[in-house]
Amino acid sequence: MDSAELLKKLSECVEMGKVNKDAPFPPAMKGMDGADELTRQALEMGIKPIEILNDALIAAMEKVGEKFSQKKIFVPQMLISAKAMNASMEHLKPFFQSGEVKRKGKFIIGTVAGDLHDIGKNLVAMIVEGAGWEVIDLGVDVKTPKFLQAIAEHPEAIVGLSALLTTTMQSMKNTVNEIHAQYPNIKLIVGGAPVTDAFSKEIGANAYAHDPQSAVSYLNAQVA
Amino acid sequence: METIADKIKTGKILVSDGAWGTFLQQKGLQPGECPELWNLEHPNEVFDIAKSYIDAGADMIETNSFGGSRFKLELYGLADKVYEINKAAAQISRKAAGPNKHVLGSIGPSGKMLVMGDVTYDEYYEAFKEQAIALADGGADTLVIETMTDIDEARAAVSAARENTNCEIICTMTFDKTPDGDFYTMMGIAPADMVQTIIDAGANIIGANCGNGMENMIAISEAIRSVNAEIPILIHANAGAPVYENGETHFLETPEQMASLVEKLVSAGANIIGGCCGTTPEHIRQIAQKVKQMQ
Repeated sequence: MDSAELLKKLSECVEMGKVNKDAPFPPAMKGMDGADELTRQALEMGIKPIEILNDALIAAMEKVGEKFSQKKIFVPQMLISAKAMNASMEHLKPFFQSGEVKRKGKFIIGTVAGDLHDIGKNLVAMIVEGAGWEVIDLGVDVKTPKFLQAIAEHPEAIVGLSALLTTTMQSMKNTVNEIHAQYPNIKLIVGGAPVTDAFSKEIGANAYAHDPQSAVSYLNAQVA
Repeated sequence: METIADKIKTGKILVSDGAWGTFLQQKGLQPGECPELWNLEHPNEVFDIAKSYIDAGADMIETNSFGGSRFKLELYGLADKVYEINKAAAQISRKAAGPNKHVLGSIGPSGKMLVMGDVTYDEYYEAFKEQAIALADGGADTLVIETMTDIDEARAAVSAARENTNCEIICTMTFDKTPDGDFYTMMGIAPADMVQTIIDAGANIIGANCGNGMENMIAISEAIRSVNAEIPILIHANAGAPVYENGETHFLETPEQMASLVEKLVSAGANIIGGCCGTTPEHIRQIAQKVKQMQ
């Protein structure tokens, strides 16, 4: 197998959610090497980590994000792809840490104060990471000081706020105001089931993402 | 008491209740506060909600226990109060309903996903069993497993309720419309996909709740009816999608608009009609009036 074929195969594993050789899913790829094995082989073959990231992982997760936007796939397929992506990323971590591979930027994400829902927030975090960003996940019920602290540590980051409940849209509004009061230039993206573009504009967020892929599009446009 | 399914067999259309969560918020529930704890700390407020739906003409009311499973209560440090909170929820609604109307013990999703390895099927089952027993002990004659999106979680909850209580079991899932005009839950389950699995697990009544308004529920009812001519269908529709204006969230479908779709919904196959987020006693009153005119 040459390097182009290997990367193509790795990309397919991530797109289809084939984590490793032992993984039972998807049934059609049973017994075949998965993202884990193929990434190791790619590195052994001398393929550069940045090529693995760009040509296999990011390419695959972009397809996954698009299919999810079009509702051609649903949450379980997206999660399993993210799991395969993570299996591959594990091998790339040393190169991120050494600085050999640079990511596109940093993305801080959290579910706003008073809201304990994490499914949507996690999906966005996975797809953004799969798009080549470093994700700093602050968890759920994140009060403004925690966002401010994370911004102080990563002043170049873009920040994503999630809310599922109509009641916590109010705390999203407060968080946007409080962050912008202290850091007027920080870019804030908002999203979540009850959140709309109109709401995003009303509260002064910089962007509204109706699904994970649109968050990626906004983020990538900021560093293009 | 005659079961809901028996009443439907005689050709009756029944009316369920409206929103609880958005109603509690109006009564002062704060973001980050545990709604179910109100059963112990503000039982009179909870009773008011239950009573207002009975007064509006509902044949059945739910309980304030949507997030009453161990999975949700432990986020508030209340895992040791599962039994107490759920039993109180059912007692409050039973007090409002009296002996002749149905009390539907509400069981919502766990927030944990099987596919992520967050939880096992057995853990789902045990948690839903614990909640179901407490609701039945408090006086619920029916359990409504609602807002489900994952078929395995729904199946675990229905089985746990069926095998550990004598209650009648309802299960509703939440569907969104795709760009192609089809309906799927966020986990990829279509209305027709749920039917046999959920009936096999032990549900007496199935249906849909929440979502983006009454209109979509017509297509969803048709989809369920197309694969099963007999199973009673319950619909709890939102009063449209939430809209945020001037610091407040509004649901824009009026009682008149919702009531005007009742006949279509019944023709599509629905047997029990009520509301979800944003619906008020006035919505239920007008739906009940419409149902009365039809019979």
